[in-house]
Amino acid sequence: MISHKTASSSGRSAKKSKRSGRRSPLATVSLIVVGLLTTGGAYALFTSTATADTNTASSTSQSQVNEGKKLFAANCATCHGMAASGSSAGPSLIGVGSAAVDFQVGTGRMPLAADGPQAEQKPVQFTNSQTQAMAAYIASLGTGPSEPASKYLKADGNAAKGAELFRINCAMCHNVAGAGGALTEGKFAPSLKGVSSKHIYEAMLTGPQNMPVFNDLNIKPQEKADIITYLKYLEKNPSPGGFQLGDLGPVSEGLFIWIFGLGAIVAVTVWLTARSN
Amino acid sequence: MGAAANYIDERTSISGLVKEVGRKIFPDHWSFMLGEVALYSFVVILLSGTFLTFFFQPSMAEVTYQGSYVPLKGIDMSAAMQSTLNISFDIRGGLLFRQIHHWAALLFIAAIGLHMLRIYFTGAFRKPRELNWFIGFVLFILALAEGFTGYSLPDDLLSGNGLRIIDGMVKGIPVIGVWISYLLFGGEFPGTAIVSRLYSLHIMLLPALLIAMLGAHLLLLVINKHTQWAGPGKTNDNVVGVPVMPVFAAKAGGFFFIVFGVIVLIASLFTINPIWNYGPYDPSPVSAGTQPDWYIGFADGALRLAPPHWEVVWGGYTVSFNILVPIVVLVGLLGTVAFYPFIEGWITGDKREHHILDRPRNAPTRTAVGAALMTLYAALWGAASSDLMATHFKLSIDQVIHVMQFLTVIGPFIAFWITKRVCLGLQKKDREIALHGHESGRIVRLPGGEYIEVHTPLTEYERWTLVSFNEYEPLMVRPNERGVVTPLERIRASISGFFFEDRISPVTKAEIEASHHESHGAIEEGSGGH
Repeated sequence: MISHKTASSSGRSAKKSKRSGRRSPLATVSLIVVGLLTTGGAYALFTSTATADTNTASSTSQSQVNEGKKLFAANCATCHGMAASGSSAGPSLIGVGSAAVDFQVGTGRMPLAADGPQAEQKPVQFTNSQTQAMAAYIASLGTGPSEPASKYLKADGNAAKGAELFRINCAMCHNVAGAGGALTEGKFAPSLKGVSSKHIYEAMLTGPQNMPVFNDLNIKPQEKADIITYLKYLEKNPSPGGFQLGDLGPVSEGLFIWIFGLGAIVAVTVWLTARSN
Repeated sequence: MGAAANYIDERTSISGLVKEVGRKIFPDHWSFMLGEVALYSFVVILLSGTFLTFFFQPSMAEVTYQGSYVPLKGIDMSAAMQSTLNISFDIRGGLLFRQIHHWAALLFIAAIGLHMLRIYFTGAFRKPRELNWFIGFVLFILALAEGFTGYSLPDDLLSGNGLRIIDGMVKGIPVIGVWISYLLFGGEFPGTAIVSRLYSLHIMLLPALLIAMLGAHLLLLVINKHTQWAGPGKTNDNVVGVPVMPVFAAKAGGFFFIVFGVIVLIASLFTINPIWNYGPYDPSPVSAGTQPDWYIGFADGALRLAPPHWEVVWGGYTVSFNILVPIVVLVGLLGTVAFYPFIEGWITGDKREHHILDRPRNAPTRTAVGAALMTLYAALWGAASSDLMATHFKLSIDQVIHVMQFLTVIGPFIAFWITKRVCLGLQKKDREIALHGHESGRIVRLPGGEYIEVHTPLTEYERWTLVSFNEYEPLMVRPNERGVVTPLERIRASISGFFFEDRISPVTKAEIEASHHESHGAIEEGSGGH
């Protein structure tokens, strides 16, 4: 089922790139057949041999890897190279692990929309299973950090501990309330509001864009879970003081008092003295 | 009622004062109420602040938080931070009072700023009010000090970062800086004394000074009487307006409650300084978007704009020009503001009393200097939010900083030039209108074939406001009684030339009459076409 979808989608992208049409209309059908045969064969192979990937928490199949390889070749290889070993346009992905793929592709940062100071988030381009396939393929190339176990993603840890860790390790770029902040040369730390627990965990683990890596020795998995707990607490519990004005601190407060506070009061003064004009 | 009043009067002789103050006249204009806004905000600050002192503990003793805010439970912090959190979460109405206090403080200083701009641009600081301007400036500085000490009291991360920046600035002053810092903090930063020291300043010394200065400010206001706009019947020797009793007092009393109400409304709807997000102060973390409250922003911006590596090592001592230059710029800016009335008085040599306000356009150079200083202030102020401008407008923070550096240095000159030209242009237009009236848009063909546009003549009232202003001419360099031209006198003459060489003279009576005769026939014939 999955492979069927994949084959047709890669067929579509092939059609786009080669519009001159030296391919017969049967090409798509034959591709599907080939896809089904290979995945079927791979499945048979998989059941008889133990998986080589011991790193990933979720089990991956050879069929997934193959499917991922195709998706990779069609969507990522231009920059990262056919063998994912990198080119002048993009880094090698050998050993980055499935967590990195799931984060970059799963948040829509990859494939890259345009060259810029850093990869911007955009609507996600692949389905979850496609992302998983690419993650499986990249993970098969070399050992790297894998996607987190779901027990760390439940946001049921110690929020106070997480808040403290967040202030010490994350707030200098992401702001104490996770509202984001500026980095040099147009780069920035994004807002963490609405980011899924899994992606927060993977970002810490893999250090995307300009973010440093916080590996499991640096911040233990349970501590990562605490940080997620804190961020989810902030999301779930609006400020006890009322509207947050973007959680940006004194700048938005100052703008607010000048524009709306003093603005309202000046309007009142004009009203109070209007008669004599 | 009468008996009670009599009882009090026989023992205090207060009726004289009531009669005097009650019959004080206040002119009515919206911009005359800005100082009142500051005064009323201050009253709100005093009331809400008193409530907060009942519960705040100005101590840096270490405690473990066990209050009701979950993401801080079990965290070590100072008693000051803990008590502020308790005010926010565990004392009924505490958070509202905290937010009222803080929002009112922001409004207080914003109102002072707007009030100062009004006084400046209308020339209300001229003799006999120079001293009151200076007292007002001292009030402004005291308000900044009150704001900063208050901002530092909760001992949260943001306030600690702010104190660290001040500590760095103080330490950047050669020779005495480190001594002052150690004296201030009772040892190495942050120490365990600073919160209680700032608390003493915040609730005793600074408010006492503020109230004393405020008293002097208001007393001088009463003694000097209020200024007024030029207008028919308004002269330099009278004040046209309403008496304090009963109209003005009623209006002012109502206005106090409106200001109070606006503050409470804002405080009940909008979070300010969420210390629970910032957490307790710890010297290691600094949050992104760490800024001071708006009124200290210009100082923070000055530091941000100083080029990096502006340091030299002289004889083993580092001299930090990246701190000293901003300090010099800030002191220069504030010093100019503080002494401006005396500077302008010296330049004009005008010893007359002025109770009629200038329209900003009628003092082009003063207005332009004001615009230049505002631009400098705004560039420094804006630079304090350079990081947020970068993230919110998708810019590079480096570019933002460079643009702000450019604006800080060149912006005031551009603002000066543009403002002066605009003022002179507006004066020319006023002159045109005063002489020839408003353009009516009605074109009339004369019997001889000539086309003219009919101008609607001004009423006396309209013309009055357009023609009554002072004209200054550049001072001539004159030798003193010993026949010597001092260098100071030369400087004064050249500044005076700079101020007044470009000027538009007010329309004279003779000119009005001349223009009236000139166009009289045309208007007569024009109105014949009705």
